[in-house]
Amino acid sequence: MQQQDMLRMANQIAAFFNGSGPELAVKEAAEHINKFWDPHMRAVLVAHLDKGGEGLDGTIVKAAALIKRPKTADA
Amino acid sequence: MTLIKETDYGTPEVNSTNMVTLEIDGQQVTVPEGTSIMRAAMEMGTKIPKLCATDMLDAFGSCRLCLVEIEGRKGTPASCTTPVAPGIKVRTQTDRLAKLRKGVMELYISDHPLDCLTCAANGDCELQDMAGAVGLREVRYGHEGDNHVFKTRAGGSANIRWQPKDDSNPYFTFDPAKCIVCSRCVRACEEVQGTFALTIDGRGFDSHVSAGMDEAFLESECVSCGACVQACPTATLTEKSVIEMGQPEHSVVTTCAYCGVGCSFKAEMKGDQVVRMAPYKDGGANEGHSCVKGRFAWGYTTHKDRITAPMIRERITDPWKEVSWDEAIGYAASRFKAIQEKYGRTSIGGITSSRCTNEEVFAVQKMIRAAFRNNNVDTCARVCHSPTGYGLSRTFGTSAGTQDFKSVDEADVLLLIGANPTDAHPVFGSRMKRRLREGAKLIVADPRKIDLVESAHVKAAHHLQLRPGTNVAIINALAHVIMTEGLEKRGYIEERCDPVEFARWEAFIREERNSPEALEPVTGVPAPEVRAAARLYATGGNGAIYYGLGVTEHSQGSTMVMGMANLAMATGNVGRNGVGVNPLRGQNNVQGSCDMGSFPHEFSGYRHVGDDTVRRMFESVWQTSLDAEPGLRIPNMFDAAIEGSYKGLFVQGEDIAQSDPNTKHVDRALEAMECVVVQDLFLNETAAFAHVFLPGTSFLEKDGTFTNAERRINRVRMVKAPLQGKHEWQAVAELATAMGYPMHYNDASEIMDEIARLTPTFAGVSFEKLDLLGSVQWPCNDKAPEGTPLMHIGGFVRGLGRFVVTEFVPTEERTNRSFPLILTTGRILSQYNVGAQTRRTANAAWHTEDLLEIHPHDAELRGIKDGAMVSVSSRVGATTLRARISERMPQGVVYTTFHHPESGANVITTENSDWATNCPEYKVTAVQVSLSNQPSDWQKEWEEREEENKRVAPMVAAE
Repeated sequence: MQQQDMLRMANQIAAFFNGSGPELAVKEAAEHINKFWDPHMRAVLVAHLDKGGEGLDGTIVKAAALIKRPKTADA
Repeated sequence: MTLIKETDYGTPEVNSTNMVTLEIDGQQVTVPEGTSIMRAAMEMGTKIPKLCATDMLDAFGSCRLCLVEIEGRKGTPASCTTPVAPGIKVRTQTDRLAKLRKGVMELYISDHPLDCLTCAANGDCELQDMAGAVGLREVRYGHEGDNHVFKTRAGGSANIRWQPKDDSNPYFTFDPAKCIVCSRCVRACEEVQGTFALTIDGRGFDSHVSAGMDEAFLESECVSCGACVQACPTATLTEKSVIEMGQPEHSVVTTCAYCGVGCSFKAEMKGDQVVRMAPYKDGGANEGHSCVKGRFAWGYTTHKDRITAPMIRERITDPWKEVSWDEAIGYAASRFKAIQEKYGRTSIGGITSSRCTNEEVFAVQKMIRAAFRNNNVDTCARVCHSPTGYGLSRTFGTSAGTQDFKSVDEADVLLLIGANPTDAHPVFGSRMKRRLREGAKLIVADPRKIDLVESAHVKAAHHLQLRPGTNVAIINALAHVIMTEGLEKRGYIEERCDPVEFARWEAFIREERNSPEALEPVTGVPAPEVRAAARLYATGGNGAIYYGLGVTEHSQGSTMVMGMANLAMATGNVGRNGVGVNPLRGQNNVQGSCDMGSFPHEFSGYRHVGDDTVRRMFESVWQTSLDAEPGLRIPNMFDAAIEGSYKGLFVQGEDIAQSDPNTKHVDRALEAMECVVVQDLFLNETAAFAHVFLPGTSFLEKDGTFTNAERRINRVRMVKAPLQGKHEWQAVAELATAMGYPMHYNDASEIMDEIARLTPTFAGVSFEKLDLLGSVQWPCNDKAPEGTPLMHIGGFVRGLGRFVVTEFVPTEERTNRSFPLILTTGRILSQYNVGAQTRRTANAAWHTEDLLEIHPHDAELRGIKDGAMVSVSSRVGATTLRARISERMPQGVVYTTFHHPESGANVITTENSDWATNCPEYKVTAVQVSLSNQPSDWQKEWEEREEENKRVAPMVAAE
């Protein structure tokens, strides 16, 4: 997955959940990504978050700890 | 097997709980109040002679054959128009009646040709039957007088009453010489189809059936649904296939393979040749109606382009080579295995088809999960209704619509959003129109002025002509009005919905920024119109929402689905007949393919692959370990292919290279793959990029089930043997076995048994039960052994209904100076999706090319005249189409269909997608339109590829 697609998709998810207020948004956005993103896609996101998550919505940045890290051997 | 002849009761069934007992020919019979004497007689097995009556139509009383005598009443009333009354004594056969009937028949026959032996209706003619029934032995009036039968009069002069046969329609002929003016065709067009294309013109002996203004059928408003042909008691309206082949000798009941309505048909056969497809009155979805596609457009099943031998090739530029099944399957397996060895377990995957049966789909997803050992399986529902699944599951708890189609008969206000049923779901569209003629109100939310906004005897109360991409703004505005004007159903909400979520939503929706006035600049819809529509929906009685891809195919598709669910819950419009939130599914088995576990994160029955209990159950039945991580969705597969981590794809009955957005991106992804296996009827656009072609079966050759938009599981019965010698699930099972995972079924019913064992909502489903009951609607299990037509009665499946905050987020796809117009795409009545089937039928008579519809003002600005070639370009690509100037379009919006590959409608559409499901945003693309005199670069490339990549090597004779 291209960086720009990942950013667009993650930020779209955040934009939706932000409607429910900041606390819930972090939890729900992480759950959504864990549920629907395959390990390769999560790997791109996690790698970017590890570098500070520039360009990502604050909700996604805060959700970093809740996003399931893909097993490296599997990715 | 015999030819199924359904009982014709003469007049429609009456739903009354008051029962009436009367006596007919000395026998007591009890029927609902309001039933005709004719129907009551038929209920006890007595056929009263009739010509103008049939139970699909209201009684008309014109033929005067069905006369009866009633003790104590004067005269001989028509039994079709006379309702039963308690205690009356009816005689259906007396000397007086016999004489009258004979006299009437004699008159009919005096103006009807006597060519019965060579007539196409021979063996299926009600006029002939009635002549026999009344014992007609002579026609005293002769045929020489005034008549409609002969071209010339006795003296040799031209007969002005005579009209030539009209064979303009590709599928049926109209022969006025054989018409008895019973007006069944006219009434079928009105009452069943709702098109009003036919009328009786003239008076007295001059009366004749006229299509439009005495035009040829093809030139009239006729939509070729076949209802008139079905209703005709003579050979006046006859299928051309019957004229050519003669009468069928046996029939098999099966399910149409076009749209998500899922009509039941009798395939009427001669040996293994289909003579005609006749709509089946006991079909739960269609109840005896049909459209031009299901009724007539099945010729593709034997089209010369159909591929019936497996083929392989090393490179996509090589010509195809026909091989044996074993060789093709072995070749596919070895290439897939080699890819997995080189690039890893998750480097391959597949796509299941909404065109295939539940059993075929289940087999493919099982092959991917068990034999490919990953969850890289997705289905074409990704690009149409995936937001429906997500949105309705989150709010109500099930990934499906709430009602059966019949429910619309009790709706008072229809809110139709982003759907065009008279084109895309015609049989349901007819049902809707019938309800509207009965007085239900209609609100249409659509950028286009679709037919239902205003057509014969139908006029929408409100047309919310919103800008593409502003659905969520409109739904929020509607909800805002309901909540701030106190029109919500508090009691319902408190009883059935989650109070915390409701409070959160209520606070959000009441905010001024969600008012129609605040959102008017965004949606372009006048606020008073939105307010009036909201009041009507909330207070007009049963409010039913119906929607299509105009809702889902947006960057906020899922949000919109939840917005509609919010609206329905707030007004108490879920959980009984006449209400609900109803997706109109695009393809015959979209619902089924989703139910069958085609999504990369879910097993059948919508259970996440990460759920250990569920996964262990599948592992124990399938005897293998399964991946707990979700796989790639279709757009993610393309992205991964371009990056080089995804190299092999199995495509079941789907044409991603034509149907998916941003064609150039899809083409690049397919070119990057090392093994693409296509299972299909034809060498479609995707097959141009394939290495293995496994020939598929048409619906006439399939044995299995389709699940329609109302969750109805219908049997698809094998009408004839597979042309290529193998069921699709057999080929899939063999490929799985060759990949190292043994998979075997003796027949399709074994697959359904496995589905039932593994899927709680299907626990009670078996072929045996379907054969017994005709169809069932899931959930079908111990709690509901005969299925569930209506969901969420008394409470929601998820427990408490969940209101969801639906913030309007404008799409990133915006118009600007370079791309000032918005393109939206859709389909039309006579063609179907990528057109692989309908283009290979005579439906081409109605639509030979995709046209770009453009508003007169936008056209004039650009110097575009009707019929001019124009280039349509977006930031990702361009194509050239012919323009049609149309006031159906609002200014600033253009529209086209995607039925023809050379049009390349999806060359223009972009990678934008729904935030939750990645469903592509087909409905909003910023474009520019300008005059052009040549095909686009992509079209030139397409032509080359059409030539190069679809070559089949000539067979070399063995030495």
